Amino acid sequence: MNSFIAFIMGPMVWISAIIFVGGLLLKFIGIIQSVRKKEPYIFSYMTFKHSLRSMGAWLVPFFPKSTRLRPVYYGISYVFHILLFVVPLFLASHIVLFNEAFQISWPALNDRLADWLTVVVIAALVFFAVRRQMVPEVAYLTRASDYLMIAIVALPFITGFLAYHQWFAYRWMAVAHVLSGELMLIIIPFSRLSHMLTAPLTRAYMGSEFGHVRHARDW
Amino acid sequence: MQTQDNTMTEQSRTAADPKKEKATDPAVEAGLERLTPEQIRNTINQVLEKETGPRFKAYVETCMSCGMCADACSYFLSNDRDPHFMPAAKVKNTIWEMLAKKGNVSKDFLREAVHISHLECNVCKRCAMYCPFGIDIAYMMLLVRRICHKLEITPQYIQDTVNSHSVTLNQMWVKDDEWIDTLQWQEEDAREEFEDLQIPLDKVGADIMYSVIAPEPKFQAGLIYQAAALMHAAGMDWTMPSTPGWDNSNMAMYTGDNEISGRIARTFFETAAKLRVKRIVMGECGHAFRSVYDMGNRWNSWVMPPFEVVHALAFYHELLTEGRITIKEKYKKKVTLHDPCNVARGRGLHDKARQVVNMVCEDFVDMVPNREHNFCCGAGGGVINCGPPYKGERMVNNRNKAEQLAATGADVLIAPCHNCHSGLEDIIHHYDLKMEIKFLGDLIYETMEKKIYTPGK
Repeated sequence: MNSFIAFIMGPMVWISAIIFVGGLLLKFIGIIQSVRKKEPYIFSYMTFKHSLRSMGAWLVPFFPKSTRLRPVYYGISYVFHILLFVVPLFLASHIVLFNEAFQISWPALNDRLADWLTVVVIAALVFFAVRRQMVPEVAYLTRASDYLMIAIVALPFITGFLAYHQWFAYRWMAVAHVLSGELMLIIIPFSRLSHMLTAPLTRAYMGSEFGHVRHARDW
Repeated sequence: MQTQDNTMTEQSRTAADPKKEKATDPAVEAGLERLTPEQIRNTINQVLEKETGPRFKAYVETCMSCGMCADACSYFLSNDRDPHFMPAAKVKNTIWEMLAKKGNVSKDFLREAVHISHLECNVCKRCAMYCPFGIDIAYMMLLVRRICHKLEITPQYIQDTVNSHSVTLNQMWVKDDEWIDTLQWQEEDAREEFEDLQIPLDKVGADIMYSVIAPEPKFQAGLIYQAAALMHAAGMDWTMPSTPGWDNSNMAMYTGDNEISGRIARTFFETAAKLRVKRIVMGECGHAFRSVYDMGNRWNSWVMPPFEVVHALAFYHELLTEGRITIKEKYKKKVTLHDPCNVARGRGLHDKARQVVNMVCEDFVDMVPNREHNFCCGAGGGVINCGPPYKGERMVNNRNKAEQLAATGADVLIAPCHNCHSGLEDIIHHYDLKMEIKFLGDLIYETMEKKIYTPGK
């Protein structure tokens, strides 16, 4: 048992991080190679200017019209995505681990604030799950895997929150937290969660098609 | 089976029920009859594997089913927000299913797929604009149409226009001599109004080649008369080709018959090249512009079209701002402007169009939403071209457009695109909107100073 725990809290962290970064990198390279081989016209039409314009426009909260038509959903999703990265990266206990591994550190979030923000993330995920049931057009599209994705992202936050508070079975909660975090990282390149990589690319292409070819904004 | 007008009003009161049997036609049914499961599987897999690439893969993998595309779509809104009609659902019920079943889909599925891709989507790209990831649902609908084309189950009326394209290189079975006859007839008529007007045929080295779509000589020859009067009054150095290649319309683009589509586009550009013109000006058509500006040219490996192609709206703008045409007396009736997809979202000409309207008309009220956000007319993208069997449901699916038009309170609707014009005309009659519908060229012709431009004045 001890050696298992030592493994998942040691080498497995590295392995999952490598799979996460490496997986996305390989996926990206694969896409570029595939574009070169099968759809090189994509390079003809993409421009930096329009790609950035499109990505920028869509990063401004409520600038594109479609986001204003569903303000609650979009607002929650917008905040959720920011916190998804900010909370794990600026958590004091995570920075300590980075420091131990790489001798680097950066300013941490105040623990109480991070705590509340974790609750916000979990609440957002609950909102997404409930929305998938309640909004007819979303329910129509929802697959079992959509709920699975929500659960996979929620687990590290829930277990992290519980582990931090040490309310019960602290050591098992910590193990569960590490495992669920590793699971999430590993799954990202192989699932729909890889939209963190592909969405900016499709956005950039559409921005270029609309801006450069069609001379119209894609908002 | 859809029947004639007396059942249409009944249908207009109820939203289309997808669980009810959907309309079909003899070509679809005969095509389905002929198919074997092996043909179905092989064709679908061939298209999805060999004719797509990382772009398609990204679109399928990246969709997070957030539902934001729903608000974009006229079909969704006109059918009381029925999820079946939302863009992502259209992809789910066609592409996702084909991928999941690896092409082993039933004939019933295919019948539904034909209907969804040809009759429940105008490929207007409003959804691509609403999607936070910029996923191009219209592209995927065209892919489904490509599959249907290869399976030979394209709806009858639109397939007929493609057959026409492949035989005569125009959409309406216009014969070579009929084309020339029509031009000469309009020239003769126009010379009664403008003594020295000419429609120069095959003038090599002219500045402009003017091109039209086949319905114009077939049943809207007056538009050629108007265009000639405009060119004459503006003193332009122009010509029209006497040979096939005069038709810039391209229905093959909308049935997924990319080979014929490419052939049409190539002939069109070769015709312009033979005449050594500096640029091509085209009439008020949306899909024709799309076909020469960014679809037909791509099939022929041109990144951008080899000639400058000027849409009528940009041309009117040029003529009016340069003073080559002056407006004698502005149009007085209250007008509103429809933004055709292929010209607004497709070419960003919505602001220029408004400038022209304001130069020509006194009382312009914009519809809401407008510009890139305007709703599709409901007729384009090949939908109206699928013909009478589907007119009833098209009227149901265009309800939100009717509501948008009615809200303007305008007397006249300007629809600077042939398909839009026809589709909106249907909507106006069906929903009893009491509006007149006009091309922008009609208004310019009505209000312009019909004298000849004199150099130096």
